[in-house]
Amino acid sequence: MTDTPNGTAADSADSGSSHGSGPFIAAIDQGTTSSRCIVFDRDGRIVAVDQKEHEQIFPKPGWVEHDAAEIWTNVQEVVAGAIRKAAQDIPGFTPADVKAIGITNQRETTLLWDRHTGEPVHNALVWQDTRTDTLCRELGRDVGQDRFRATTGLPLASYFAGPKIRWLLDHVDGLRERAEAGDILFGTMDSWVIWNLTGGVNGGVHVTDVTNASRTLLMDLRSLDWDQDILDAIGVPAAVLPQIRSSSEVYGTATIGGLEDVPVASALGDQQAALFGQTCFSQGEAKSTYGTGTFMLLNTGSTPVDSRNGLITTVGYRIGDDAPVYALEGSIAVTGALVQWMRDQMGLISTAAEIETLALTVEDNGGAYFVPAFSGLFAPYWQDDARGVIAGLTRYVTKAHIARAVLEATAWQTREIADAMTKDSGVELAALKVDGGMTSNNLLMQTLADVLDAPVVRPMVAETTCLGAAYAAGLAVGFWPDTDALRANWKRAAEWTPRMDGADRDREYHNWRKAVTRTMGWIEEEEH
Amino acid sequence: MPGPIQSLERAAAILRLLAGGERRLGLSDVASSLGLAKGTAHGILRTLQQEGFVEQDPVSGKYQLGAELLRLGNSFLDVHELRARALVWTDDLARSSGESAYLGVLHQQGVLIVHHVFRPDDSRQVLEVGAMQPLHSTALGKVLAAYDPVAHSEAAEGERAALTGRTVTSAADFEALLDLTRARGWAADLEETWEGVASIAAPVYDRRRMPVGAVGISGAVERVCDDDGAIRPRLVAAVRDCARAVSRDLGAGRF
Ligand SMILES: Nc1ncnc2c1ncn2[C@@H]1O[C@H](COP(=O)(O)OP(=O)(O)O)[C@@H](O)[C@H]1O
Repeated sequence: MTDTPNGTAADSADSGSSHGSGPFIAAIDQGTTSSRCIVFDRDGRIVAVDQKEHEQIFPKPGWVEHDAAEIWTNVQEVVAGAIRKAAQDIPGFTPADVKAIGITNQRETTLLWDRHTGEPVHNALVWQDTRTDTLCRELGRDVGQDRFRATTGLPLASYFAGPKIRWLLDHVDGLRERAEAGDILFGTMDSWVIWNLTGGVNGGVHVTDVTNASRTLLMDLRSLDWDQDILDAIGVPAAVLPQIRSSSEVYGTATIGGLEDVPVASALGDQQAALFGQTCFSQGEAKSTYGTGTFMLLNTGSTPVDSRNGLITTVGYRIGDDAPVYALEGSIAVTGALVQWMRDQMGLISTAAEIETLALTVEDNGGAYFVPAFSGLFAPYWQDDARGVIAGLTRYVTKAHIARAVLEATAWQTREIADAMTKDSGVELAALKVDGGMTSNNLLMQTLADVLDAPVVRPMVAETTCLGAAYAAGLAVGFWPDTDALRANWKRAAEWTPRMDGADRDREYHNWRKAVTRTMGWIEEEEH
Repeated sequence: MPGPIQSLERAAAILRLLAGGERRLGLSDVASSLGLAKGTAHGILRTLQQEGFVEQDPVSGKYQLGAELLRLGNSFLDVHELRARALVWTDDLARSSGESAYLGVLHQQGVLIVHHVFRPDDSRQVLEVGAMQPLHSTALGKVLAAYDPVAHSEAAEGERAALTGRTVTSAADFEALLDLTRARGWAADLEETWEGVASIAAPVYDRRRMPVGAVGISGAVERVCDDDGAIRPRLVAAVRDCARAVSRDLGAGRF
């Protein structure tokens, strides 16, 4: 499946503007379901890709783990695979043409390993794992979810790494003592990959970048350093922690076969990498990634903006010694997942793309609104007693109207996040850059432009996450001179402009919000 | 009119038999139920199997209906699925050619644009998804007319308006163009639809090698053609590579 979209006869026949010769940058994307390696040329075009899935381990309901040793093996394989494919497709290619390696990763997934043997002490606890729910409630004490928000920008929630470290220290025999003695290292997947890439037990560097550190609940957003009070409160010994570095600098050089001595030069959490790959380098620029769920990030410049509207404050990126760039983040749990639900649970369509075909058989939603609060309402409401609702049903409504309502649900949820961002930051959204699987849906993208009342633009390179990691690594080694050069690489593949009448938009938004209120309070106390 | 063809009648009877109550039948069950010699039944089953209408269980050797039969009922490839499959390849086509890329399918008497990728420069462009283009003069349309018999009859029987001085309108010349298209595997439009615009297109096939659409690029004639007015081979190669890649993604074998 890892065919590349280029590197074909057209390029070698007459290279013109293509990537006939190096140098190149390699990006490793250590994701939730798979690890990938993509090789990019100077124009940001994909030269070679390799990918390998890893096992999802579910020991109990709500628990999700990864085998970190398997992941490291896979990372080595996909790097070797991508290098091999590049060598096949590009005459004269040698691994020495790869000038830097960048890392992007699933965020928050937590691992502890033995610094002397390199062996993980337990499977990694994946970000989706909810075993620390109770711990997080306890840690909130009388203050609640927001106990550490002012310092870290985050609510106390089970996603984040800090409480996961505490859980491991509490549940793996003798681990706390070993950790306090300095024998144990903590890392999110960026740290694990970089430590191994740069030598592991033989001098591997133990670092993380500001974006990954900003998802631990342990870092002070302003000083960009670990916060001792919070470490004490959560019960994490400082000895396990990696050094926090910028997102774009040389951390060390690779020691693995094929890429000896290549600088390892960037690390970014996946959503931040997408922000970087979409070249959202100015305050007020935003990107939204539409997959199973959706993650929207808004660049808020050099100041962290506190959210009073249910968003997360996070580091967007930091290039070397430059000032850090902050972002507001809003996530939507169910977007592509609702389309999958229409396909798998309802059987109304046979492929995700058919939702558009079905929706286009009618002019509008016929009065129906679908709020997919399958496991509660997230940003900006945060109500876990809510459950999904289809509101406004009449005898007139058909499956096609429901299909419209499904697509509109993604658009309106984006609008609510965008509104929260505007309220928190005072910045109006000028345009939204989009990526992810759902962007192939033309009707959805038009609807999004309509409800946001702002242009929606799709870039020509769909792999914005890997591209962001490659960009940050390339900047660090001077492969690209500055962010302006990266912007020049960003090409618009499509743009949707708002066409909806203002009064219609207001009426529909009003109806959507009415439907949202109908979901609230569905779960009653004793059912919790 | 000739009488019914016996082997087809028998094949139909076998399919009906397999569609009935019991899902899997052995060769002798099939042969005896229909009063056929085993050899005859086996020959028909094997042909049906090659076409995917029947599958044989590797362990028991019994026969059942094949997946192809289910697909036959809804064989229409969803155009939005087609777009989703084509997305990365057409992005790359626009990028490597420097021109806008399009994906078109037959719709009524014309070409419906189901996907459009902007030319990778910073100029303002408008998304043309949903627009209709003429069948007889555009590169996309000529590809469809050359490979899809339904498109061919629409183009052959419809009016072929002279949109520019270079539009090919006579039936004989048009058929000659389609022959050329089939012979070389791609079509061009040199200012035959719009003054100053040249296009190149190639066919996209699905897993049964049915032509389901056309993919191509379009741009200023000075860029698409060289100084002698000939289409740049590099662009033709890029378009054909893209068409092949999309076809491969749809399951069409290598070709
Ligand atoms: N054409 C489409 N219309 C609507 N939803 C789509 C379409 N294509 C894919 N999707 C949805 O997008 C999701 C897959 O996108 P992807 O970016 O691969 O997600 P992830 O990275 O979260 O797995 C699926 O949930 C699928 O239902």
